[in-house]
Amino acid sequence: MDRIPILRMGNYLLVTIQVDMHDKLALTLQDDLTEQISNVNAKGVLIDISSLEIVDSFIGRTLANIASMARVLDAETVVVGMQPAVAITLVELGMSLPGIRTALNVESGMEYLRETVGIHEENDDDHGYSTED
Amino acid sequence: MMIMGTVLKTETVPISNSSDVVMVRQRVRAWTLELKFSLVDQTKIVTAASELGRNTLEHGGGGSMELSLAENGTRRGIRLRFSDQGPGIPDLALALKDGFTSGSGLGLGLGGSKRLMHDFEIDSKPGIGTTITAIRWR
Amino acid sequence: MSDILNAIQVNRVSVLKDWLENLKSAVQRRDLINDRELEAQAKEMLSAIADAPSGSNLSDLNQSGWQPLKSILGSLSVSRAVQGFTPSETALFVLSLKPSLFSLVRKDKGREADDLLSDVTAINDFIDNLALHTTDSYIHGRDQVIARQQEEMLELSTPVVTLWDGIVALPLIGTLDSARTQVVMESLLQAIVQTNSRFAIIDITGVPTVDTLVAQHLLKTITAARLMGAECILSGIRPQIAQTIVHLGINLEDVITKSKLSDAFKLALERSGRKVVRMDKSNGPAQTTPRGA
Repeated sequence: MDRIPILRMGNYLLVTIQVDMHDKLALTLQDDLTEQISNVNAKGVLIDISSLEIVDSFIGRTLANIASMARVLDAETVVVGMQPAVAITLVELGMSLPGIRTALNVESGMEYLRETVGIHEENDDDHGYSTED
Repeated sequence: MMIMGTVLKTETVPISNSSDVVMVRQRVRAWTLELKFSLVDQTKIVTAASELGRNTLEHGGGGSMELSLAENGTRRGIRLRFSDQGPGIPDLALALKDGFTSGSGLGLGLGGSKRLMHDFEIDSKPGIGTTITAIRWR
Repeated sequence: MSDILNAIQVNRVSVLKDWLENLKSAVQRRDLINDRELEAQAKEMLSAIADAPSGSNLSDLNQSGWQPLKSILGSLSVSRAVQGFTPSETALFVLSLKPSLFSLVRKDKGREADDLLSDVTAINDFIDNLALHTTDSYIHGRDQVIARQQEEMLELSTPVVTLWDGIVALPLIGTLDSARTQVVMESLLQAIVQTNSRFAIIDITGVPTVDTLVAQHLLKTITAARLMGAECILSGIRPQIAQTIVHLGINLEDVITKSKLSDAFKLALERSGRKVVRMDKSNGPAQTTPRGA
């Protein structure tokens, strides 16, 4: 079955959602991400939804679930690039996604993750790996 | 292409699995484009369709969506009609409340979809089935 | 009923000729339309009547057989409006077909007064309804122009200004109604994306009253911006508005509010890692340390 690719960048996992996901695909992503976070001991997850034109309550809940599960595994999640029309619709739907951190784009999302998680990321020219814990 | 004055066109999309819900979104998007809705309105309509489509699948056990042009005097809009022969919704008022889940995930679906559309009507008979009709005007 | 339509079908050439003569002696507006165009319009309308499918009833304009006619008249009305015709002039165009049709049935049924009367009545009502349809279409066309202009005005009156790199402000002026707030919401959110701004200041100094509906719209905008990754600061809250907000029980707990725009700006600068420092003549270059975008 097709899967959404998860990229690894040091301590962070990057996911770009570009397709109109059917529910099963979203659930698979949830499973894959949780597994990956655990496998590589990721500290941060960045989910890029700038190509998503529709986020309904199911996808919204999936994103919230991912953030919660990541947190349990000691990883911080940031969702970036929500389109204005999507944001307006989610608010109208009644979903404000309170537990989820958001950022305007990948750049600010990564900045947020570095500030929150990557205490040692200042020395990017070293390893790019956190030597803590 | 639909032109005002010609015979009204309708389209039916079967809903029997989760890929069908993707088709529901795609067809509704195509219709909203043709009817020249604004981007925000398109998003609202397609999202409502996604919610209702999923409900039809998960709570109704599958069914179909009928897409048609809505006309009221000189107003034009899009009409979405979801039908299933499922267990029905015993308490409508409760189902429309936000946060209500019947275990099969009705959740925000109904109340939210209602807010995204202009006209919203539920016809549900426990044990027989449910038909939900929603219209958004341009 | 159907024999009226038959009669029109058979006699369409003479009816058209007769009608055009009436038109030429009625209100013409030669400044807006030339004879050839007028003839073409009349011919098109008459054909749509004469060629109506069998079974068409003059007394029911909602039948599908009349759709083409209604459609033609609708576009005619709208295009004439654009050209500068008044709705009456367009209605008169339609109404002036009556005498021609009356003469037609009189020729046929001249001797039977009752039949003649019922035919004349049927034609009369039919043409009246068509004329009314052109008026409706005219008004609808105008309404659409007005709506579009309103939208354009709304967009013009809600400019989003960039105060600094990554900080935008939306000074709202005037009353906020549902339609306006939608436009406002959308243009602010668009601006946030386009300018890559993490902070948006919504200043309501120029808004005279805030009711529950307006407050709800503002809150929705703020929530949507947050979902996108931007933080909103509400400023310009006058004492009366503050009172109203509390009175109405509106919950602004999650919203940062400042009474002055300048305070909101200062906060946004601080939050984005900047500070403003007064230059001392002995110090040299400014000490602003912009950090982060």
